[in-house]
Amino acid sequence: MAAVDLLLVGVAAFLLLVPLSVVAGRSAAASPMLYLGVATLSALALAVAGAWLLADPGAGPGLTLPLGLPWLGAHFRIDALSAFFLVLVNLGGVLAGLYGLGQSGHEPAPRRVLPFVPLFLAGMNLVVLADDAFTFLLCWEVMSLASWALVMAHHHEPANRRAGHLYILMAGFGTAALLLAFGLLAGAGGGYGFGAMRAAEPGTATAILIMVLALVGTGSKAGLVPLHAWLPLAHPAAPSHVSALMSGVMTKVAVYGFIRIVFDLLDRPDWRFAMAVLVLGAASALFGVLTAILQRDLKRVLACSTIENIGFIFVGLGLALAFQANGMPLAAALAMTAALLHALNHSLFKTLLFFGAGAVLNATGSRDLDRLGGLLHRMPATGFLFLAGCVAIAALPPLNGFVSEWLTLQAILHSPDLPQWGLKILLPAVGGLLAMAAALVAACFVRAFGIGFLGRPRSAEAAAAHECGRVTLAAMALPAVLCLLLGILPGFAIDALAPVPELLLGGRMPVQVQGGWMSIVPLADSRSSYDGLLLFLFLAAAGLASAFLLRRLAPGGVRRAQAWGCGFADPVADAQYSAASFAQPLRRALGTSLLRAEEAVDMPPPGDSRPARHVATWRDPAWELLYAPLQRGVGAIADRLNRFQFLTIRRYLGLVFLALVALLVVLALWG
Amino acid sequence: MILELSVQVLQMALVLLAAPALTGLVRKVKARLQRRRGPPLLQPYRDIARLLRKEVVLAQNASWLFRAAPYLVFAATWVAAALVPTFGAGLIFGWAADLIAIVALLGLARFFLALAAMDAGTSFGGIGASRETMIASFAEPAMLLVVFALALVAGATQLSAIAGFMASPEVGLRVSLGMALVALVMVALAENARIPVDNPATHLELTMVHEAMVLEYSGRHLALIELASALKLLAFLSLIGCIFLPWGIAAPGAGAGAVAIGIAAWLGKLVAGALLLALFETAIAKMRVFRVPEFLGVATMLGLLGVLLLFVSRSL
Repeated sequence: MAAVDLLLVGVAAFLLLVPLSVVAGRSAAASPMLYLGVATLSALALAVAGAWLLADPGAGPGLTLPLGLPWLGAHFRIDALSAFFLVLVNLGGVLAGLYGLGQSGHEPAPRRVLPFVPLFLAGMNLVVLADDAFTFLLCWEVMSLASWALVMAHHHEPANRRAGHLYILMAGFGTAALLLAFGLLAGAGGGYGFGAMRAAEPGTATAILIMVLALVGTGSKAGLVPLHAWLPLAHPAAPSHVSALMSGVMTKVAVYGFIRIVFDLLDRPDWRFAMAVLVLGAASALFGVLTAILQRDLKRVLACSTIENIGFIFVGLGLALAFQANGMPLAAALAMTAALLHALNHSLFKTLLFFGAGAVLNATGSRDLDRLGGLLHRMPATGFLFLAGCVAIAALPPLNGFVSEWLTLQAILHSPDLPQWGLKILLPAVGGLLAMAAALVAACFVRAFGIGFLGRPRSAEAAAAHECGRVTLAAMALPAVLCLLLGILPGFAIDALAPVPELLLGGRMPVQVQGGWMSIVPLADSRSSYDGLLLFLFLAAAGLASAFLLRRLAPGGVRRAQAWGCGFADPVADAQYSAASFAQPLRRALGTSLLRAEEAVDMPPPGDSRPARHVATWRDPAWELLYAPLQRGVGAIADRLNRFQFLTIRRYLGLVFLALVALLVVLALWG
Repeated sequence: MILELSVQVLQMALVLLAAPALTGLVRKVKARLQRRRGPPLLQPYRDIARLLRKEVVLAQNASWLFRAAPYLVFAATWVAAALVPTFGAGLIFGWAADLIAIVALLGLARFFLALAAMDAGTSFGGIGASRETMIASFAEPAMLLVVFALALVAGATQLSAIAGFMASPEVGLRVSLGMALVALVMVALAENARIPVDNPATHLELTMVHEAMVLEYSGRHLALIELASALKLLAFLSLIGCIFLPWGIAAPGAGAGAVAIGIAAWLGKLVAGALLLALFETAIAKMRVFRVPEFLGVATMLGLLGVLLLFVSRSL
């Protein structure tokens, strides 16, 4: 049985779980069983896709099922690109299933969540497997609608309903853009299979239009600036394991869609389009992390940081486009590898962090950073694992986030060889912005961990928090271990995904795993290298040696006392640094210009006993510059069209006739 | 192999031994410039020995992170300092980390120090951590652009390769390298909490950044953190030395004589750096926290300008 058959059987099993969970969802025992099923199925699919990627037998045979449009059928196929993303999707599925298993008792409305989780996973698997535009779009919509239902799981809160509304609008918009892109790819010939699209040769203007539409369609799903505004609202609204799936995995499926259309189906790299992707990617990186620093809600911090990471991935893809457009397949392979590795890394640490935030939410009932604090004492294991995720996402060695950032920067360092001056001047600036974004991510997660887990408890609930169960901890420990392994042994991952750039770009990075030490080199002729394993051993040896030596040299005891605080330690927990006060320097330095951050002090007049208030506000400029005009425009058009609602049947028939004639005329002129 | 390993071990020992003396020298020269007598040169060693003898006083609320952070900070800084070529280029583990990774290692140390500052739950820890991360956010892009300019000239981000290229006669005198040097010095001032960004000798709490972060530390923990700060200063001075004054660095596999010359040259560079630093710190006043982004913005612009000038000169 071929890999694609096995995977489709797995997807069918996912789909079987949907009615099963509707039927069995009433009983309390059903939920753990179903999550166990999700985890097992994902693990099997992961094994099949992983084995396929490692064996790399080239593009597999297609499979046509008599589904969908009657004369078309549904086509499925697996190649290196889809195998890599299947690994990513199903890894997320395993982790989400495990976490769901551990937390199944905490879900207030399990029947609103249970059926949609396997449906969501089935949709994502099918998008990646699809081999024709119709199946792709259908499964894309299944994925969108299932995740929408999950966003609306806790629909009693008005904020969640608003998020769901915005999400479904943006999802519809994105799908419309993708539909147009596929329509242009198919051209007048109308071949909706991916094979026919690869063979078609659209003109330059059409090719650029297709690329822009693909960027808009997939970017709106991935959360690329300026189409990101829904993401920080929708991702946190869902239950935590679904948030992890949406942020960690679904955004990557959107990245897959972009790569599939631009690098595979179209394959007409253009350096001007690459510049647009680079600018949007860098803007997303900076904007995402800047808004993340200003959020008080822990899950929103994580969702905003997803925008940052997506920006990072798109910078890598833009670099790959730029190199490919200039016939530099090796450098393009390096940039693509960096982007793919970062996609995998981000799916791991973002999943871990969302699980941690979910555990905190269950333990304290709050996602508000200013109501947490001191959790490292009450939840030591969760705190440790969350800290590992923070180190990984802050791109610090020896964990995995640093490896993909290092590779991206190495790819940028090859940009002077590009002939276009626009790219030459842009890329150092993009590199500087990425470095700034990385430092800001570190600031953001010092804040998230420092306010949430360190210090003294800021509320009674935080003071009474309790550690989560073993299965939940295992679901967090697994991605943490993978983060460490990918950080110290990145060579294996780079070698495993080498077939993907080879398939798309015709170049591959040098084989990394050779010789005794596990250092990675970006290109065969480059003189730069990085060795995470050695650094890890070095750090561990230096830390342990200093601890051992100090035990001998400094036998002084340890005494607990009140905090020194320059002689005055305020016993009130609210006097600690809060989430807003930690963000204040950056809000002032960067937020005033980029996010219109303002601070106002409301000082009551003498005699008034009201407390003085300090109010800090900021706004996302995307709302005012893009969404508000759009909303006004749609409203104005709707007002105009309102007249057509009250016509007689004769006039309606007349309109239908006119429309028909107009379309026929267009068709006659086109042909 | 054995030779290279011994060079590496010698470097690790030397940086650890020399770091407190460097701090002492800066303090001594600064005091003399201000017509004070100043503490003796060996005072930092005595301070560390004294701190090691004392017991550790922990805040009530401090967690395991607070106790583990000094070891991590020290280890990350020590490893970073051990990978910068000082007296010899033949470091056996030099290829494990390039300049970007060395900067990231220092970032790791900063990350844990900032977290530890927030652990006790005092306002000073928070103010220090929040300001330190802001300064780092502006220093990183400047640093990367310096790396970019150097990589453009030398064709690598590996420090030994950069140092080797800079010592070769094909470098010549370039304006962009001068800009990169100025930018790197500005970043080094900010990273090491020196005037005008931060004041290492301040006793006024509201002006502290680095010192506010380590306020709750005592005993051996404080000794480790002090040692790590000294190591960081030494690492940055060695970095500037090996890139911009690459003379005297022993080639890989060189004999004992070359190593001795290398050590002497390195110590000379450190003394010169300490003198200049003390002179600069005496001559300039500390700036307000919210002017730091402008200061580092200048460094970023200098780095970017250097890179663009290199492009122009390459295409001519």
